Amino acid sequence: MTWVGKALARKEDHRLLRGRGRFTADVRRTGLLHAAFARSPVAAARIGAVRAPDTRAVHAVFDAESLGCADVLATLHRPEFVSTPMPVLARDRVRYAGEPFAIVLAEDAYTAEDGAELIAVAQEPLEALASMCAALAGEPIHEGLTANTFLDVFPFEDPDIDRVFADAYTVELEFRSARVAALPMEGRACLAEWDERDEQLVVTVSTQVPHQVRTAIAESLWLPERQVRVLAPDVGGGFGLKCVVGREEIAVAAAAYRTGRAIAWSEDRVENLTASFHGHEQRHLVRAAFDEQGRLLALDADIRCDVGAYSVFPFTSGVEPLMAATELPGAYRVPRYRARARGIATNKPPTAPYRGVSRPQIVAVMEGLMTEAGRVLGIDPVEVRRRNLITEFPYTGVNGITYDPGSYTESLDRCAELLAGEERGPLRGIGFACFNERTGYGTEAFAARKMEFTPGYEIANARMDPSGTVTVITGTSAHGQGHETTLAQVTADRLGLHPDQVRVRQGDTEATPYGWGTFGSRSAMIGGSAVRSAADRLADRIRRIAAHLLEVTEEEIELSDGKALGRDNSITLADLARLSHFQAHRLPKGVEFGLEVQAGFDVSGSGTFSNATHGVVVELDPETGAVRIPRYVVVEDCGTVLNPSIVDGQVRGGVAQGIGAALYERLHYEESGQPEVASLMDYLAPTAQEIPDIEIHHLETPCLFNETGAKGMGEGGTIGAPAAVLNAVNDALSHTGVRISEIPIRAETIQRALEGACTIRT
Amino acid sequence: MHDPHLITITVNGTEHEVLTESRHTLADLLRELGYTGTHLGCEHGICGACTVLVDGVPARGCLVFGVQADGREVRTVEGLADGGELSDLQRAFAEHHGLQCGFCTPGFLMLAEAFLAENPAPTRAEIREVVASNLCRCTGYQGIVDAIEDVAGKRAGAADTGTSRP
Amino acid sequence: MVYHILVKPASYEYHRAHDLEHALELLGELGEDAKPLAGGQSLVPMMNFRLARPSALIDLARLDELRYLRPVGDGLRIGALTTHRTVETATLPGGFGVLSRAARWIGHYPIRSRGTIGGSLAHGDATAEWCVLAVLLDARIVLRGPRGQRTVPAAEFFHGFLSTAAEPGELITEVVFPSPAPRAALTEFAQRQGDFGLVVVAVALETEGGHCRAARVAAGGVGSAAQRLPAVEQALAGAELTERAFAEAARAGVAELEPPEDIHASAGYRRTLTATLLRRACLEAGA
Repeated sequence: MTWVGKALARKEDHRLLRGRGRFTADVRRTGLLHAAFARSPVAAARIGAVRAPDTRAVHAVFDAESLGCADVLATLHRPEFVSTPMPVLARDRVRYAGEPFAIVLAEDAYTAEDGAELIAVAQEPLEALASMCAALAGEPIHEGLTANTFLDVFPFEDPDIDRVFADAYTVELEFRSARVAALPMEGRACLAEWDERDEQLVVTVSTQVPHQVRTAIAESLWLPERQVRVLAPDVGGGFGLKCVVGREEIAVAAAAYRTGRAIAWSEDRVENLTASFHGHEQRHLVRAAFDEQGRLLALDADIRCDVGAYSVFPFTSGVEPLMAATELPGAYRVPRYRARARGIATNKPPTAPYRGVSRPQIVAVMEGLMTEAGRVLGIDPVEVRRRNLITEFPYTGVNGITYDPGSYTESLDRCAELLAGEERGPLRGIGFACFNERTGYGTEAFAARKMEFTPGYEIANARMDPSGTVTVITGTSAHGQGHETTLAQVTADRLGLHPDQVRVRQGDTEATPYGWGTFGSRSAMIGGSAVRSAADRLADRIRRIAAHLLEVTEEEIELSDGKALGRDNSITLADLARLSHFQAHRLPKGVEFGLEVQAGFDVSGSGTFSNATHGVVVELDPETGAVRIPRYVVVEDCGTVLNPSIVDGQVRGGVAQGIGAALYERLHYEESGQPEVASLMDYLAPTAQEIPDIEIHHLETPCLFNETGAKGMGEGGTIGAPAAVLNAVNDALSHTGVRISEIPIRAETIQRALEGACTIRT
Repeated sequence: MHDPHLITITVNGTEHEVLTESRHTLADLLRELGYTGTHLGCEHGICGACTVLVDGVPARGCLVFGVQADGREVRTVEGLADGGELSDLQRAFAEHHGLQCGFCTPGFLMLAEAFLAENPAPTRAEIREVVASNLCRCTGYQGIVDAIEDVAGKRAGAADTGTSRP
Repeated sequence: MVYHILVKPASYEYHRAHDLEHALELLGELGEDAKPLAGGQSLVPMMNFRLARPSALIDLARLDELRYLRPVGDGLRIGALTTHRTVETATLPGGFGVLSRAARWIGHYPIRSRGTIGGSLAHGDATAEWCVLAVLLDARIVLRGPRGQRTVPAAEFFHGFLSTAAEPGELITEVVFPSPAPRAALTEFAQRQGDFGLVVVAVALETEGGHCRAARVAAGGVGSAAQRLPAVEQALAGAELTERAFAEAARAGVAELEPPEDIHASAGYRRTLTATLLRRACLEAGA
């Protein structure tokens, strides 16, 4: 019997269901001060001196000068990238509405906001460049930029590609996706305090990447990393928003360092929507060449990403354009490929790698092209996909990526079969999205991006205490994924223990090995493998000790049910652990002291690809244009499933976010750079009425690069849904001749398309 | 009547006499009293993470001032379990994977608690409509709807056979 | 909208009224910047954003005397502190079922459980269901103030964007729906269920044989306040009770409307929605 593969109830739930979780804002300190930020009301201006309010209620105010932090610098070492600093508090110039220029400290959050409201700053407005078009035509918003492009890269060139297009059927697509918010239910939050005894700045942060937060704070305050400890307690969702370091977190840490007081800050929802990090605002101009059998001959893409005003730490503003250009071919064989990708600087908040990172866009593009090619060539679009999918593995693509085995065609066929009985017609459409998702980027894969901070590997410690229970400590950092459960399952199997006897510890830079945190669907694949290796290493030591005590060979020892079994004898792991610690003289010679081991894991090459096909049925209200989703099917393959209910939960939640992006969510800005969406009344995050039950089917092509066989799967739901919904809506609109290639698809747009069709008919 | 106000508020059966400022919301007051299971997700009444029961009626804790709860009985998520023993509703959320990060969960639990008290035998469509009162960004809602449906069914079953609620 | 960054209310003085007389006394004493606090479901979000900054609030929660649903003659009197949920779940006298059905459209269950009919009318949002129904059914809004009691017809109550005929020092105590509307319906369209409708429409038909003898039509989301749509009413008068006739009347009647435009909907879309919803409401009402 193994624990891996079981839908074990989550260990996290017991505390969370009773309101006994510990989120950052739940941490309390005596004498705590609360921070609020004074933020720019305009998108672009030169600013002068900050005037603090004359009120005793405010404990202290810091501006850029008095806070005295080094700027944040996120760098890519490539000539096409321009590195630009992000000051912790705006200095001389503000570049988006909501940019912080002062931090206010007061006894409670209400009073801190009173103070923030009263802070004045001299402003000389500048022209705001709030769209990619305006930015490309306007003056650079940073010194050092010659144009408003942080990154302008031609990663794939093909001098002959135009010739291919000249002799082929060409399908063109202009796709746009709106700026959206990751919207974790817990906004960003932190609490910083100076620990006199440890001579350390201790910062509790709602983050996905504790070690990267530590680096950013240490570098900004010129401290050695030893003097900064970052703790991530329960984290109320992240979705990529919290895998970058916010300037507010650094400012709060700096204020605590300067004042010696404990300081807390909780981002409110308006800040979260208008002044944190956004994502997914892209425009793709793509053409694809097909032969008459629907085989893809060439792909030519111009990709523009509105990355906002700053380059985020540690991923930089290159993350969206590079991801889009590199991964565009996706699950398909693309013989020839040319791409240009730009990260365009605008007077809007910076972007973070929000769930899916460019793949919702590129999948929408590829799946749109496949569907359109089918229409143009008179071939069933599912068949067009089938003819172009990668079928032999490993496959090295034109983009230099090597794809490991997956079930691309199988997932497509299965999904198509599941929806075969669904009716189609005017107002009722079916859409598919067949795609792969690179997960578990190892160091080598990330190194191709040329980041100053190159993530990839992961390290785990495993230790058995004298009572025989195990603590596993890793640098991955869960924020809803249930690692305490899945990593305990992985460990329990290796040691013959019950998962209840394994505690997983994360989110403390002082306690865990160095780690890269949780993002990019890496934790099960890489972190889980590190944990398994550490557990195996611990098991080896236990076997060696048990063999000595039971007088058998190590190979004969089996760890099962909390015991080490010999030939006809056994010892409980509790006894063995007790003895190993308290009676070390009985251990075999040469065995190391203690029951504590460490192991690392990394993936070489391109990483591993999960895959899935989403199939969705939509019904359109002929008069309002509203979209209803009567059925949503996912056939997914993430290799070995560690815990099915957690995997299904990730899929469902991911699809919900994808449906949100496809139909509802949009952060709209005025030309002046004023945000028009600043509350949840206007940011239309989907509710239970908009999200249908999701039907999930699994295929299993185990990962070959790790021993768990698990591939990453945290983002696939979000990646596939926009493309599938878009194709389904277009299918339902096929009688109108209108083809929508923009998300979110607004009911009004559909209504107009349908009304146009009516007019033509009558 | 000037700040702060001395009020008496009963939370999960425990009476508290506390000084509170007029403008502090009930959610903040509860958190100041140590009931940090009530979370703030938007502070403008949309997300529902701060949902608590005031005299049995569900309320957004961010749209009620603490001072308004003077003399009222408030129930929070901390009041659902009997010590360490989870209630049937809490167990169902765990069984049906009705939570991931857990931040919105207290609000959904209190919403469901109030709803099932009013409507013990809801249809799935009615449950879905009520679940739409709050926002969750992790689960896609299916597990939450499943959990509430399961509890409603089990409670109805228990009532039919005359056994007491588990 | 103006960009603001605050989600915590400014300071104010809290006062609790023991009864109606006390509430009126406090309102008089505390001056123009004091506001009555009923369910708080509209006022408190605005305070949290600091878009509303009353100097004082007078909490009406203890005024149980204002929680009632009472038949009066043919009509129905509803106390201002009656919650939406109470109306939704109440067994109402014949001809007033539309009130319960309409209440279901209001926000979500917890909002309906706390929000009150008086608070909603006082807030005066153009797309608030009670405002649209009050206009539709010629409700009378009863106000008490320093100069005693007065009654304002709904048609004269809503003045424009979040602005009403209530004077400083006045409190809505009751709304009176004067006569039953057995053939009435309210419907709306929002991008997400539970949101404020982009457009809200309500109709009340008087029928005779297979025809509509007279119709009242009201809508929210087509102007700065809930309003009657006389053009639609005229078009419906004499129309057959068929979907086709309803659709024609609706289409003709909305042509002159100039609804507002925002990030959620263009004026044209709101106009189209109005016609669609009118037809649907007529069908529901005429059924």
